[in-house]
Amino acid sequence: MAGKSYDELLAEYRESIPELDPEQVEETLGNEADVTIVDVRESDEYRAGHLPGAVQLSRGFLEMQAAKKLPDQDSRIIAYCAGGVRSLFAANSLRVLGYTNVTSMKGGFTRWKQNGHPVDVPEALSDQERERYARHLSIDEVGEAGQLLMKKAKVLCIGAGGLGSPAAFYLAAAGIGTLGIVDYDVVDLTNLQRQILHTDARVGDPKTDSAKDTLLALNPDIEIVTHNDRVHSTNVDELFEGYDIIVDGCDNFPTRYLVNDACCKHGIPNVHGSIYRFEGQATVFWPGKGPCYRCLFPEPPPPEMAPSCAEAGVLGVLPGVIGVLEAIEVIKIILGKGDLLTGRLLTYDALEARFRELKIQADPDCNYCGEGKEFPGYTDYAHFCGV
Amino acid sequence: MAVTIRIPTPLRKFTDGKSEVDVEGGTVREIFDDVENRHGGLKDKIFDDAGEVRRFINVFVNGEDVRHAEGLDTPVKDGDELSVVPAIAGGLGSRPRQV
Repeated sequence: MAGKSYDELLAEYRESIPELDPEQVEETLGNEADVTIVDVRESDEYRAGHLPGAVQLSRGFLEMQAAKKLPDQDSRIIAYCAGGVRSLFAANSLRVLGYTNVTSMKGGFTRWKQNGHPVDVPEALSDQERERYARHLSIDEVGEAGQLLMKKAKVLCIGAGGLGSPAAFYLAAAGIGTLGIVDYDVVDLTNLQRQILHTDARVGDPKTDSAKDTLLALNPDIEIVTHNDRVHSTNVDELFEGYDIIVDGCDNFPTRYLVNDACCKHGIPNVHGSIYRFEGQATVFWPGKGPCYRCLFPEPPPPEMAPSCAEAGVLGVLPGVIGVLEAIEVIKIILGKGDLLTGRLLTYDALEARFRELKIQADPDCNYCGEGKEFPGYTDYAHFCGV
Repeated sequence: MAVTIRIPTPLRKFTDGKSEVDVEGGTVREIFDDVENRHGGLKDKIFDDAGEVRRFINVFVNGEDVRHAEGLDTPVKDGDELSVVPAIAGGLGSRPRQV
């Protein structure tokens, strides 16, 4: 049996498959409820722009994916491609598969766009981003949608020290679009035993500058916003503005309480980590979803109750463990996946190599996060040396 | 009742550096009394003048905060683990920072 030429097939399909021009398609969409628009172009063409609400079903995968993407064989289907030819062939394949009401759009996406009809340009990662985050994209829980959420996220790290270094490092690597860093200190030689964002050559430089250099060297596609300032009651609202999540990596009680109180006031999740010698703690304080720091510790210890400065010390690797746990919680919050540490205080004892979990509950009478409580204002506690 | 009490790092100077102490008692209060008998000085750090647990310290029995149970009267049984968890400021504190 002699085969048919391309021209013969095209002529045959033009004859047998109804075609609509873009104006008729728009009118149909306005008048009929159950119309499915099917974009039969390749993924990269679809990502560059498509008809609003179009289902993407590449010509090459049409037979394999049709049943999943177009479950109702009797619904009205309008197929389109770039110019109106591929969609005729696709419409024929759909007909062969048993679809009963298939139309093709004349002139395709090119004419649709030329004639000024609405186009959706989906947010998408660039090819370079797709490569950089390939190992994320292949996880269902992240995927392109999750990676885009991370790109849009704005996370503020309080402190570029022991905890802030690993947290910010991994968050930058993961592709958090905007990473704010607050720190007023300069890099000191004693920091380098654990604060891995900084380098020997940068001793004496502002930590924010040093952090920015390191993070952008790792991932130049993200934005690093530096706040070379200390957190105090008069700037905390301004500092926190626009951020979705706070990572508490600070080293003192006055800042911890200000961070907590501002997170309560603004309803922002506060990803918490703290470390001392061989022990660390991590949790997520999220007003409205679980306790805040003050539900757990209503007031900071008085200076005389805190161990002396000489006693303070930490195994350099310990903040790596706790800071990375904080980074993971941040990503889970952004993706909306998994069980957060909300309501659970995770403790880690490095000497025993043991994690423990303590249940922490919101205090309904908490002045800072209790429902219906008026925000009592910020307190600047006196700074003192403590653990 | 034989119970294990976990001592946080900052208070281990009162327990000869031990992270865990085995003690006896039927309630959290009795546990702390027994700890005090064995390792003097610890109670002062944990309790205020009114005999209440200080506000920057929490006590957990098997991971549950005693404030949400019966406080110091929370019963304990053989094999329970009691944890004392103070607020920890953070990372270094290598030098004091002034406001």
